[in-house]
Amino acid sequence: MTAVDTTLPVAADGRSKLRRLVVIGNGMAGARAVEEILARGGGGTFAITMFGDEPYGNYNRILLSHVLSGEEDDGDIFLNSLPWYEDNGITLHAGVRVTRIDRFARVVFADDGSLTPYDELIIATGSRSFLPPMDNLRTPTGALLPGVFAFRTLDDTRAMVAYADRSESRHAVVIGGGLLGLEAARGLQRFGLEVGVVHAAPHLMSAQVGPQAGGIIRRKVEALGIRVHTSARTTGLLGADRVEGLSLATGAQLACDLVVVAAGIRPNVDVAEASGFTVERAIVVDDDMRTVDDPHVWAVGECVQHRGEVYGLVAPLWEQAVVLADQITGRDPSATYHGSRPSTMLKVAGVDVAAMGLQGPERDDDEHVVFTEPSRGVFKSVVVRDDKVVGATLVGDTSKVSFLMRAFDQGIPLPAERAGLLFELGGPSDEVGAVELADDAQVCNCNGVTKGRLVACVHADATTVQQVMEQTRAGKGCGSCKEQVCAIVQLAGRGVIEEDPAANWYVPGIPLDKPTLMARIRELELTSVSSVFTALAPAGAEDAKSKMGLASLLKMMWGEKYVDEKDARFINDRVHANIQKDGTFSVVPQMRGGVTNVEQLRAIADVAEKYAVPMIKLTGGQRIDLLGIRKEDLPRVWADLGMPSGYAYGKSMRTVKTCVGQEFCRFGTGDSTKLGIELEGRLQGMESPAKMKLAVSGCPRNCAESYVKDVGIVAIEGGRWEVYIGGAAGAHVRKGDLLATVDSADEAKTLTGRFLQYYRENAKWLERTYAFVPRIGLERIRSVVVDDAEGEAARLDAAVQQHADSYVDPWSEGAKPAEPGQFRTALPLTVLPTVGVRA
Amino acid sequence: MTATALVHDLGSLAEIPAGEGRAYDVAGRQLAVFHLRSGALRVVDAVCPHRGGPLADGQTDGRVVICPLHLTAFDLETGCAVGAAYALATYPAHVDEAGHVVVQVPA
Repeated sequence: MTAVDTTLPVAADGRSKLRRLVVIGNGMAGARAVEEILARGGGGTFAITMFGDEPYGNYNRILLSHVLSGEEDDGDIFLNSLPWYEDNGITLHAGVRVTRIDRFARVVFADDGSLTPYDELIIATGSRSFLPPMDNLRTPTGALLPGVFAFRTLDDTRAMVAYADRSESRHAVVIGGGLLGLEAARGLQRFGLEVGVVHAAPHLMSAQVGPQAGGIIRRKVEALGIRVHTSARTTGLLGADRVEGLSLATGAQLACDLVVVAAGIRPNVDVAEASGFTVERAIVVDDDMRTVDDPHVWAVGECVQHRGEVYGLVAPLWEQAVVLADQITGRDPSATYHGSRPSTMLKVAGVDVAAMGLQGPERDDDEHVVFTEPSRGVFKSVVVRDDKVVGATLVGDTSKVSFLMRAFDQGIPLPAERAGLLFELGGPSDEVGAVELADDAQVCNCNGVTKGRLVACVHADATTVQQVMEQTRAGKGCGSCKEQVCAIVQLAGRGVIEEDPAANWYVPGIPLDKPTLMARIRELELTSVSSVFTALAPAGAEDAKSKMGLASLLKMMWGEKYVDEKDARFINDRVHANIQKDGTFSVVPQMRGGVTNVEQLRAIADVAEKYAVPMIKLTGGQRIDLLGIRKEDLPRVWADLGMPSGYAYGKSMRTVKTCVGQEFCRFGTGDSTKLGIELEGRLQGMESPAKMKLAVSGCPRNCAESYVKDVGIVAIEGGRWEVYIGGAAGAHVRKGDLLATVDSADEAKTLTGRFLQYYRENAKWLERTYAFVPRIGLERIRSVVVDDAEGEAARLDAAVQQHADSYVDPWSEGAKPAEPGQFRTALPLTVLPTVGVRA
Repeated sequence: MTATALVHDLGSLAEIPAGEGRAYDVAGRQLAVFHLRSGALRVVDAVCPHRGGPLADGQTDGRVVICPLHLTAFDLETGCAVGAAYALATYPAHVDEAGHVVVQVPA
């Protein structure tokens, strides 16, 4: 044994007390693990040394098919170039292979004769191409027969490109009809080659999809001019000096001058095996990502076997790297890896394919929802077990993929009508698949952001959906494109997009989800937004984007005890009017149920004349809107109107639209106007996570559009009322779900309030009921709101009553401003308004 | 500040509630003055260069102000928009012994 210093390194000057971390493998797993360690301050704990087989920095292996197809330059796919290692104080031995680990002496031996001591060791040796046994694969020297290529490394790809580019290359055959094989085939067509695919299994992409989907992919691939041979096992290669063809088990022969072997991968376990580590299908690790043999030796990535599973996709590797880093740095000793549920979404040979979990039903009571339309090249299948998605395959139309992936990952509730798993039946949607969308297609119609801009942002440096949305402002307008933005970012990131922990926070500035946040607020009795920041925000920092959501939540929780700090409020809520494009405001007085009278109309007409209101407009909610009012005029306008606020500005209950009802309508079966007026009086000004629009219709002709409201009530024959929830007819269109049919208007009123209170307490900030109801599930809402299964009904009713009792018309602030300069003009300081006025 | 800067008294700080902004016309310039919760002052142009939004009506957390019209965020120190190619001029300001807001603008 060579003398090796295994004590903690203390340099001669006594300065450095860093522990030695050695990483074997500089691929996506090794580098990612190091990045995660650095992100946890590991740079101050560890002196890091990395060994990489390949003489490069670290690159995105997934994008090699893009290099082959010419979509990207080989320089574009680097994740960390050589200067990154230097900048982070990492010693990189690129092009050096570790041959053995002595875990008793804690030292690794490399093929350059070096020996490197470690305190902690990470094995991230990844995988290599599997080359199935076949005759004449190698020359007597052991090299691959010239013209035969694996497809795993940058060097493989570069050599393949050079060979394909030779003028004498005519025919190429790819062995393996999986994802990588099909991408290789498509990429090789760029060089003008005739390309065929030889696949041993009966259908293409047999690892990801079932036979039907495989058949549809085959048709698409063949339409591109790629010949496909399935159930075709390659037994040998032909040619003496270089490849000239291959022979199949059937005895048939295919002539070709280039062969790519893409028949799967095998974990690189030689070093671990030779060094005495437990290796089954791969290196066995525990839930901490430690090898089971040595607490100072860790392993991560495709070379790892965890709970019997070996993963060949990138997402599990990211999850493993996080746990490893939490453990090795001691940042979170409770972090554990429980395995992954990998899903893939890709475009293979021009076809969108998404696959996750099971390909088909496995148990007798598994539900299997299948749709196939071969002529259009579409196949969709979902496997449901115990009301959870346990598998899905989408080919040719991946418009439902983001929903299904969430359902698969997080077990969100499924639509009772299973067809909704495969098709858009209303509600939030991403109608056009992220893949089909052209680069110049506008995704966010509010802020004019194209798909290309989102993709560029991901390729630059964004690693979370949130960052992309921050940088491009996509999804920051009406929000209706958010799902599509997510889908595009996921696609562009090809799996390198991180799950954003902030996605579950109620507001971005406080790292807590809504239930936890509410519990802390109650526990600490935080009644103002500034006190919430002081107590719960990181470093007590205020966050402008969180203020409005917190103000709404605190008002809902504390009612009259809420301390209203005006700076926590959006301008609309500060001056109780809706800001317009020129800085003027719109004023909408309350007109309960859309019913008005001579006095109100006269007052409105007088105000419009007195203040030279540039536009008087009837709203969709059956009120009258006075547009172009100057901020400084608001108090006088309100006083002259003598009417209460109609709340046409806040995240709150807006209006209850009604039809004429039985009073005049010859079809009316219920007194819809009376119920609408009462509801509006009871719920007026109620703050909520997003606006709430209600309606009451006097008969199923539904003139008040009750089916598409947050809560819609419809009178039916026999004095009964239907209550619908979660409808929408704005940026999204969704027909509401029937919550209950009740016997009296009073019951309808109670259920409406109870549901809205439940929504206020449980919805995410800015989550409309059309998203909230499907997320929670109608059955669950019904059990709480209608059946009172949790004994919450009385409390919810009391909260509504308390709101009604403590309600104060905000327009009363006109007579007594709440703070200095509340109604002072902000802009411009010259004459207003400047909005073009219609004659 | 250079010799060409002019100093303007905008009146009492009490006119600007903590955490909020107010607009002032200063020698023909429209300025948004923010009274941060920390007590510090920040002064930037009052007009959002995106679509002319009134920045004094925007919400701030001391680091950024968010335009109320289209939610563009501007760094109050540098005046630069976050994620967009707009910028505001920024102006030095302080509170004098009389409790008045004093801002310096180029002559």
